[in-house]
Amino acid sequence: MSDVSVQEPAKSPPPERKGEAREEGNRWAAYLPTIKTTVAAVVLALLIGALLIIFSTPRVIESLKYFFSYPWDFFKFAGIAVWDGYTALVKGSVGSWNSIERTLERAAPLICAGLGVSLAFRSGLFNIGAQGQMLAGAIAAGYVGFHFDFPPGLHLLLAAVAAIAAGAVWGGIAGWLKAATGAHEVISTIMLNYVARFLMIYLLGKELFQRPNSNDRLSPPPAESATFPQVFGVHTGVLLAFLAALGVWWLLERSTTGFEMRAVGANPSAAATAGMHVQRTYFLAMALAGALAGLAAVMQILGQQDSLTENVAGTVGFDAITVALLGRATTLGPVLGGLLFGALSSGGLAMQAAAGVPPELAQVLQALIVLFVAAPALVRGVLRVKAEGDGGTVLAKGWGG
Amino acid sequence: MKLEMRGLTRRFGSFTANDHIDLTIEPGEIHCLLGENGAGKSTLMNMLYGLLEPTEGEILVDGEPADFDTPGDAIAAGIGMVHQHFMLVPVFTVAENVMLGREQTRGLGILDRGKAAELVRELSTRYKLAVDPTALVENLPVGVQQRVEIIKALANEAKVLILDEPTAVLTPQEIDELMDIMRALKKQGTSIVFITHKLREVKAVGDKITVIRRGKVVGTASPDAPEAELAEMMVGRAVNLTVGKEPPKVGKPVLEVNGVTVVDDRGTTVVRDVSFDARGGEVLGIAGVQGNGQTELIKSLLGIIRPDAGKVLLEGQDISRHGPKDSLEAGIGYIPEDRAHDGYVSSFSVRENLVLDLYRRNDFSRGAALKLDAIEKNAKARIEEFDIRTENMNSSLASLSGGNQQKVVVAREFSRPLKVLIASQPTRGVDVGSIEFIHKRIIEERDRGTAVIIVSTELDEIYALSDRIAVMYDGRIVGTVTPDIPREQIGLLMAGAHDGHETQAHETQGGAA
Amino acid sequence: MSTTATATAAPETQPTRIRERSDVHRQIRLVVTFAIATALCIFFALAVDDPNVRYILGERVTKEFQPKDLNGSWVAWLAVAVSAVALVLAAVNRFPRGAAGVVLGVLVGLMFYLGFLMWVYADQGEGFTAAITNPIPGTIRIATPLVLGALAGVLCERAGVINIAIEGQFLAGAFFAAIAASLAFQPYTGLLGGILAGVGIAALLGVFALRYQVNQVVLGVVLVALASGLTSFLLGQIPGDPDVKQYFNEPPTLPQLRIPGLADIPVVGAALFDQTVLVYLMYLSVALVTFLLYQTRWGLRVRSVGEHPKAADTVGIKVNRTRWQAVLLGGVFAGLGGAYYTVGSTGAFDRDVSAGTGFIALAAVIMGRWHPLGATAAAVFFGFMLNLQTQISFVDKLPSELLGAVPYLATIIAVAGFVGRVRPPAADGEPYVKS
Repeated sequence: MSDVSVQEPAKSPPPERKGEAREEGNRWAAYLPTIKTTVAAVVLALLIGALLIIFSTPRVIESLKYFFSYPWDFFKFAGIAVWDGYTALVKGSVGSWNSIERTLERAAPLICAGLGVSLAFRSGLFNIGAQGQMLAGAIAAGYVGFHFDFPPGLHLLLAAVAAIAAGAVWGGIAGWLKAATGAHEVISTIMLNYVARFLMIYLLGKELFQRPNSNDRLSPPPAESATFPQVFGVHTGVLLAFLAALGVWWLLERSTTGFEMRAVGANPSAAATAGMHVQRTYFLAMALAGALAGLAAVMQILGQQDSLTENVAGTVGFDAITVALLGRATTLGPVLGGLLFGALSSGGLAMQAAAGVPPELAQVLQALIVLFVAAPALVRGVLRVKAEGDGGTVLAKGWGG
Repeated sequence: MKLEMRGLTRRFGSFTANDHIDLTIEPGEIHCLLGENGAGKSTLMNMLYGLLEPTEGEILVDGEPADFDTPGDAIAAGIGMVHQHFMLVPVFTVAENVMLGREQTRGLGILDRGKAAELVRELSTRYKLAVDPTALVENLPVGVQQRVEIIKALANEAKVLILDEPTAVLTPQEIDELMDIMRALKKQGTSIVFITHKLREVKAVGDKITVIRRGKVVGTASPDAPEAELAEMMVGRAVNLTVGKEPPKVGKPVLEVNGVTVVDDRGTTVVRDVSFDARGGEVLGIAGVQGNGQTELIKSLLGIIRPDAGKVLLEGQDISRHGPKDSLEAGIGYIPEDRAHDGYVSSFSVRENLVLDLYRRNDFSRGAALKLDAIEKNAKARIEEFDIRTENMNSSLASLSGGNQQKVVVAREFSRPLKVLIASQPTRGVDVGSIEFIHKRIIEERDRGTAVIIVSTELDEIYALSDRIAVMYDGRIVGTVTPDIPREQIGLLMAGAHDGHETQAHETQGGAA
Repeated sequence: MSTTATATAAPETQPTRIRERSDVHRQIRLVVTFAIATALCIFFALAVDDPNVRYILGERVTKEFQPKDLNGSWVAWLAVAVSAVALVLAAVNRFPRGAAGVVLGVLVGLMFYLGFLMWVYADQGEGFTAAITNPIPGTIRIATPLVLGALAGVLCERAGVINIAIEGQFLAGAFFAAIAASLAFQPYTGLLGGILAGVGIAALLGVFALRYQVNQVVLGVVLVALASGLTSFLLGQIPGDPDVKQYFNEPPTLPQLRIPGLADIPVVGAALFDQTVLVYLMYLSVALVTFLLYQTRWGLRVRSVGEHPKAADTVGIKVNRTRWQAVLLGGVFAGLGGAYYTVGSTGAFDRDVSAGTGFIALAAVIMGRWHPLGATAAAVFFGFMLNLQTQISFVDKLPSELLGAVPYLATIIAVAGFVGRVRPPAADGEPYVKS
């Protein structure tokens, strides 16, 4: 018996390269299998989630005790539990204007940070450091936001620029370390996440950052003049997230710098031979990724007007990685992925409130979705979906080198 | 042991790599499998060795059907294989590599390295294959690594030994030695399948020749058939084995290399004080066995690695501190030896690869923005001009054949005015049609007055193109000769035997020319 | 025209010997490091008014271990002297290589540490004075899960499978160790639960990495998210009612087992040999993994599939089967490491109880250059740093929040400055697909 059943034809393009080989005309056709498997992955994840809901509902567990004498109860209660949970999830994410607002506001930082992670991926770098970069951005945005007094508009601009710059610096450190010493970015970004966290904790204990008359590690909220105005209940910063996606798309697909980044990401030695500066590109990509994570912090501090705490970034920085993976090697992907996860996160809250399902379920669902998206063969096997081609995730493999 | 293949077929999707191949290997014969790159020889052997499953057909050992699902089955049946790309773990010792898969143990799965080393020593004396069992494979020259591969196969008591393109990495002398080893093995009853595309070798050692073209057996021949006939069978049409070219109109030195020395990361001096010059309108061939510093020399000329000493002058200007970007912009064209590694980005489209080092030029970008129209127009023109066989310009390079991938690289480098063209192994792994085409374009470039440097380990290629030949051995240029000297003498230079043969090599002076 | 000029200069006429770049880099790195160390040591020696410190040989003050007084200034100046000697040796490029270099380097590090301690613990003023305590017991405790996790990483990556999910294995191991121990009222069944959970996550890693060839860095990150989410979710399902909770998340913890004789060695004895069974399992695991990888048939095969899977395949080794074995065996160690966080220390499972230490174990794998002994050394180093941070947070000399970042900064410096471009197993992270 052979070890591996998958065998690649020698002369046909490896499937994961599919994304590159599309013509304008059949562009959407090329995406179709991707969309199919993604939808299938979401469905599969929801099925597993349903099992978790069922076995975490006390009434259902109770009914198991007399399952053999009265099985109908089990199925009834299970059905009710799943129905309640998932309707709450849908209602809480897109069921009303209110929930759409919340979904959008939650999606915005995910999109920004996800774009950052994705940009680094395209350049051949695994940026696990969006969390730390966000914290750095949050510190800067918060500091400028509550500490200074500028006219509205200008204040917002300065605070946002400060956050983006701080994020860029934090990301740039990892990029510089990689370029100058070869330190692997997976390690350095993970470590920088912790460093940023301790920096935040330290600063929040200082007079400069701590909310007056408070002993908690909590800063004042940003000044009104440094926050995004609200339109229809959504802060206008959300628009920036979509603009950022457009910008990243232009950079990667239409500019010389993006050409370099993609070349370096796909084959650094060919890029170097073609006269590109591989190390400089690494630095630039990490700095830009950090800047985008900084923008994610802008969404939270200056958009949702969060105060600084050590948990201000929540799990956005890590979810950003999954968002980027879900989005594969496209620019539209992280936007859709961010919206999906934003919906899951806002719906997850509603699920807890309405159906008593723990919010961690949303996290489990996210991980499952990404896992299934990354293994299209598995999804097809389980759901018997037929797809003529599949798009694996185009990413650098291994530790690089 | 008699080995038969009946109707062996292998398809990859719609592509048929092997189409109903029938082949019989009689005991104790050297059976040559002749075919050009991409003809399907390796696919066939991989099926025979259990690495690929046949789509159709069967394999018979001594008349009995055999089912080789894994290489383990093939090994057990007495088949040994020396792969074109050595299947050796670089960080293991020779003994560890030989024992891998059939480890000598002291029981309980604990390794007995001493016993393994003993076996290596025994085989190495019996077959006169000198190797040190305790040496790390990564520190051994390729010729010795090949010996390790052969010992590995013999340690498994192979009765049929498959040698897949074994001579590509050897000097002419080493090739002769290998042929002696093959004859000795044959005398001891081992049959040998010798896969190659080199006619001379087939004629020297083969008992029987089977020619494969496009996945099909096109015929058999005896070793005394004339070369032209074999070549025609192999390619499917009459082949002109020589490149038509006029005598060169040699101009002034364009690229002067002075005392270049390169020390690699591990602290070994890989290029030692190399000086030469390349002159306009002339092809300078750099011959030598793989791994004698050619790779590093060329990379240092281009600034991909910095020379640790010495100067490189392009039209009198020192470019030894340049990076590749400046060198390319100063008018050096570069065809790298490992095109998949350095020459193109396989996930990029043909269109993008055709501007991989040109995108910075004003023709293809304005400020930070790429000029997509110009890039597309360029792609159309190059695909046409260089006859690049691709579905369309947006196909990824990974979907092209080796010859067409190389044509993309060549087309790109020829699409700007050059002062110097450096081509490393320009036709490695490329089909005969593409070889002829690429050779023709290189000579055209020479006749335009460009200084051309060709690095090749294939002496045929060196002879076909060069107006002057420099031979590298152990990081040094050990002689510069003209293509009218006999192959044996170049062979001696390539093997580092220059000290005893200085007169033949006509060494006249040291230092810069 | 049959001859042209050649250029063959004999090597002995070469005027200057070319110095290897790596040698130059090494010298620069050493000089910079020791210069900083010397400068800091001088600072430690000078910036002290009252050099008297107190120390104990045990971990805390007991009848056996009474605080003793020590004049710290001679220690501080000795540290200056040692680092200055190292600086001079590095400056003239005479710093020894090989074992002597390692010994000298460790000596400099040790003296730097002592000099630093003198500075930190001096000048505490009136009232309660914190004493310098023996760092070894704490280091061993903190290092135990790190070492086990790092061994898991080494095993996986030597076989060519990148394992970033060590943190996920820790979390799952910790959770199910707590459950298993609570259910059985028995800490040792907790170890079994931990092992099963670690192997479970390893199996997921195997399925997706080997069967479905998912990118392994991605996979690791996702598995950590999954394990974190799942354990938190399940933890939320355990009722708060103490009557029920005790069956799920109130595990008994592992008792300390004193090894007679060995535990009586002064200073280090109790630290090394009066520990829980988990610590002894850790010692055994290090020896076992090293032996397995380098002295057995299985180890040779594992390393061959991590370096050159095709070569292994061509000699009849089942590449993916071998990788599966290594990944699953790794899961055993990682699961044990996870069990430390519940039954091995505090008992009950809490959200994200391993607090990112799985990633530190990963860093140890890389810093240890994919060798079990190297990874162990790196993990012990991290354990030491984390322990140091807790110890000196009792003294107000440095802000403890910033001290928290020190182990992570140290990792960055170590990876950037001393490890740099490391060479992972050649096929690490590459799924093996037959051509």
